[in-house]
Amino acid sequence: MSITSVHEATTAPTAPGQRGEGHAAPRVSARASAWRHRLVTALFIGPAVLYMLLFFGYPVVQNVIMGFQHYTITTFFTGEAPWAGWSNYTEVLTSPLFRTAAANTVIFTVGSILGQFLCGLGLALFFRRRFPLSGALRSLILLPWLIPLIVASAVWKWLLDTDAGALNRVLIGSGLVESGIPWLSSTGLALFTVIMVNIWIGIPFNAVILHGGLQTIPQELYEAGSIDGTSRWQAFRHITWPMLRPVVSVVLVLGVVYTLKVLDIILGLTEGGPANATQTLATQAYQLSFATFDFGQGAAVSNILILISLLFAAVYLRLNRRPVDE
Amino acid sequence: MNTVRHPKLNTALGLVIIAVLLFPIYWMVNASLQPGGATVDTAWLPLNPDLAGYRTALEEQGGNLVTSLMVAVGSVALSLAVAVPAAYALVQFRIRWADYLLFGVLISQMIPGIVIANALYNVYAEIGLLNSIPGLILADSTAGIPFAILICRALMGSLPPALVEAAHVDGAGPVRAFLSVVVPVSRNAIITAGLFTFLFTWGDFLFALTLTTTEEVRPVTLGIYNYLGAYVNDWSSVMATAVLASLPAVVLLAVAQKYVAAGATGGAVK
Repeated sequence: MSITSVHEATTAPTAPGQRGEGHAAPRVSARASAWRHRLVTALFIGPAVLYMLLFFGYPVVQNVIMGFQHYTITTFFTGEAPWAGWSNYTEVLTSPLFRTAAANTVIFTVGSILGQFLCGLGLALFFRRRFPLSGALRSLILLPWLIPLIVASAVWKWLLDTDAGALNRVLIGSGLVESGIPWLSSTGLALFTVIMVNIWIGIPFNAVILHGGLQTIPQELYEAGSIDGTSRWQAFRHITWPMLRPVVSVVLVLGVVYTLKVLDIILGLTEGGPANATQTLATQAYQLSFATFDFGQGAAVSNILILISLLFAAVYLRLNRRPVDE
Repeated sequence: MNTVRHPKLNTALGLVIIAVLLFPIYWMVNASLQPGGATVDTAWLPLNPDLAGYRTALEEQGGNLVTSLMVAVGSVALSLAVAVPAAYALVQFRIRWADYLLFGVLISQMIPGIVIANALYNVYAEIGLLNSIPGLILADSTAGIPFAILICRALMGSLPPALVEAAHVDGAGPVRAFLSVVVPVSRNAIITAGLFTFLFTWGDFLFALTLTTTEEVRPVTLGIYNYLGAYVNDWSSVMATAVLASLPAVVLLAVAQKYVAAGATGGAVK
């Protein structure tokens, strides 16, 4: 940069950055060009800034405010949302439903991430091998991830139907069980089932990202390893895993952030039931706001959700920076 | 490590894995082709394919499919129009607060949709954007705009500055240089961003659920959800709707595979 400006300073008596207008009075046109630059910048980036402020900034601020208000259905008629202090939070936090939803959120998130990651890693390792059709098969894996989530819920709801679902028919037909298993209608099973479906949806994303990470590991490392006579497990343990670590952290953190806000799958499969067995913080926030129309309490739960997400976001940004230093 | 001893065995194993993973998709197509009405014991193969399910689906959900299409196309247009110039400005103009804006874009992807829906519902109710296609386009672009900014920024950062400078020397202003030089060479990133924005919006459920209250403007995702809410006695038309709603994903995977992989990795790992 410094080289160009020195060059410009020596060849032409104009301010830098306005090559085409050499003969105009330097000072005036410098100011005009600065203004023009500002205008062009505003034109290019202004709409994006405005959109981000209106559709992300405003909702976050508004949620924080609503969390402190009695914002209910009457607010729509009277236009008044009286100040509520911390009462929304105390009410939400002390309700037994919150404890259930929080526990379910943890189980749902940890279970989903663990399952998606392990299956995804297995598939990524498998599809690193080169064999006929490997490329075509690998891209087919993506399909469950690309279809709308609500479609996936609909299909699974039919597959898991207690009386006529395909899964129970297979199980009964093979003599494994006597009668249909109530996958989605039993309070003991529903959360497990919803986690399984969410794992199915998340496998492709994990597999693709991890496969991409595996491609960046230099082949020479393995060749050197095979000369030393390392076993497959040793190669994975000492070459693959350490080299894949940065990608693994990104996949896990993004997985957590996405799983925390999952709504489509749970609403489509169980509506949070039976008897709140699959209620999470996200579904609770939705139901408080849009089923009972208590936007104050809904916002309180959403804000707790934002806080947890931002915590993981901080982790993500740190992880994202670290690979650069290494 | 990459070359395997028994390639055919691996292909067979790969086929089994895909068959298991994609069985639900097969089942969706199979069930959609069964004669409607009876729910007991869907046949394992659609030996007597019946299009009654599709007829019902198109009758009941045809309008909703059109709504989804309009919202998705609108959101792609809006997202690209807003995000592509912004991505370019972020990397090519020296803006002092560019890092803050980028930070905001990254963080925005972590904000749960329900937070946005909570606030938008109340604003929309006041200014009359509930049950409207523009309202849905604006809300749905919360997925497309940040994603498109990130994808396009990654590519535009690697463009040689000489490219734009050459256009300036030819007398093109920043806008013309952007339109005639930057946009064409960034084609791949823009297509990736556009395709994924389409998929995000087409599959959107949360905003469809919260920002529409009547049947006038109803995306197909909500149509499917409403099927599921009641007792389902005709799965073939539900599954036919599901197949129709999955078509964009299938088409995308068939014709634009390289963009799909680019979008999956580009959006996550920077």
